[in-house]
Amino acid sequence: MAGVATSNRQRSRIAPYLMILPALAYLAVFYAVPFVSLFRTSLSTMGGSIYLPTLTFAWDFGNYGQALSEYRDQILRSFGYAFAATVLCLLLAFPLAYVIAFKAGRYKNLLLGLVILPFFVTFLIRTIAWKTILADNGWVVSVLDTLHLLPPEGRLLSTSWAVIGGLTYNWIIFMILPLYVSLEKIDARLLEASKDLYATNRRMFGKVILPLAVPGVLAGSLLVFIPSVGDFINADYLGSTKTTMIGNVIQKQFLVIKDYPVAAALSFVLMALILAGVLLYTKALGTEDLV
Amino acid sequence: MTVEAVTTLAEPGRNVRGTFKLGDLALRILAGLVLLYLFIPIFVIVLFSFNKPAGKFNYTWQGFTLENWANPFKYPALTNALKMSLNVAAVSTSIALVLGTLVAVALVRQRFTGSKAVDTFLVLPLTSPEVVMGASLLTLFLSMGWATGYFTIVLAHVAFQISFIAMTVRARIRGFDWTLEDASLDLGAGPVRTFFKVTLPLIVPGIVAAAMLSFALSLDDFIITYFVSGSTVTYPLYVNAATKAAVPPQINVLATAILVVSLILLAVGTLYRRKRIDA
Repeated sequence: MAGVATSNRQRSRIAPYLMILPALAYLAVFYAVPFVSLFRTSLSTMGGSIYLPTLTFAWDFGNYGQALSEYRDQILRSFGYAFAATVLCLLLAFPLAYVIAFKAGRYKNLLLGLVILPFFVTFLIRTIAWKTILADNGWVVSVLDTLHLLPPEGRLLSTSWAVIGGLTYNWIIFMILPLYVSLEKIDARLLEASKDLYATNRRMFGKVILPLAVPGVLAGSLLVFIPSVGDFINADYLGSTKTTMIGNVIQKQFLVIKDYPVAAALSFVLMALILAGVLLYTKALGTEDLV
Repeated sequence: MTVEAVTTLAEPGRNVRGTFKLGDLALRILAGLVLLYLFIPIFVIVLFSFNKPAGKFNYTWQGFTLENWANPFKYPALTNALKMSLNVAAVSTSIALVLGTLVAVALVRQRFTGSKAVDTFLVLPLTSPEVVMGASLLTLFLSMGWATGYFTIVLAHVAFQISFIAMTVRARIRGFDWTLEDASLDLGAGPVRTFFKVTLPLIVPGIVAAAMLSFALSLDDFIITYFVSGSTVTYPLYVNAATKAAVPPQINVLATAILVVSLILLAVGTLYRRKRIDA
């Protein structure tokens, strides 16, 4: 009997490693190695002809200088747009998540289903729909025109706000869900206690609900900010040449112009900035609230 | 006692109560407006599936027709792109499901050295911008001399799905009563038998949910796919190319159809869960 027990224990000691091995090996090859290859590309020099470009690894840090100086506007714009979209998502998502968590009663699941439903339509098609809505000859512009809320010749499409609006719309779900989860977890007895201690509603909100919602706010902000800062679809469909973001540059450099080293350097800068934020977050709060 | 009951009961009266009720109403209206905002483009998409476009683009309303719905598969390129997406999603989800679930179960069930590092490593693909993942995969495939196409799309999708499935399944199965496994082992069932008879039935609902979301994620992916697709065309890639040449209303028809199917699955899932809770 003792022999069986030890062999069982031994098996369970290596069992977790056997279970995580396939996935980790996969991610090592198709997630970690690509970053090494991206890093190598970012330090290479382009040679050869336009038709047959060759990459030579050369510790060429000049690519980083070029990426940072040439695309400074796009870098600043991306972080600005992503920040604005994150704030807008928070402002819009909070009332909805709050009502679903505290006021929806038996309609809670129905409302959650409704919140998720629009996101079953392909992201691209939703963005194209916004293009239709905001178009110069669309009814939104004509209504705003008749109300004199738009300057003459004013447009909605091809503006920074259209891009920010698109980013907000496309990723607001990643704010609503973590916010809802953190609000839902709040123990009703805490609210009861704060009431018993004569807290006003405002005080209860500020001193009890808001602090307990912080993990949801942080997780949501991270999950909105990251896809926003790297996006190029919204800027492509809803913006103009004056609203291009880092993503547009990376995409164009990689797939159209094929200047790989500078594009790789730019990708690496973006990744490093985000990675620093993510690691700070996971160190402080762990990974639990992120999914 | 529900939160609502608490807030209304504990109200100390005076004029605070009046302002609170007004605030409560305003909050509900605000939430309703946000929900409406989520649906505005959806209404447009459904509406324009009944449009009779004058030119090549389906951007302005011309007139009502049922013709698009009568011929949803009029454009073989669109249909093939959708089939390709379904194929990629099915294959990549199946692979990622096995790899991701194993990790999730290991993370929840076992305490082992390095589990925290594994946890952080798993979260990284979820928090990497897609454009960077796409670009880095492309540099890998280029340096290996691999031709991009169906195969590389599947490889890329599995890479972002594994983490997603592992984290989702982990979140769903945490807090289960795992002593049932010990009970099964104590009662003489072997580890394999225990896995299939006890562990698997416990974790299946979480796996199904993760698989569905992950399938949707693959179906919807544009950015990473765009980098590693070569000449293979998935549904989002077709839509993107179409906006540069001609946008048939069938795009809206198929999008609406996918939405309706999701709605049905959602309803069935909810009813099924309710039935299980009732039982």
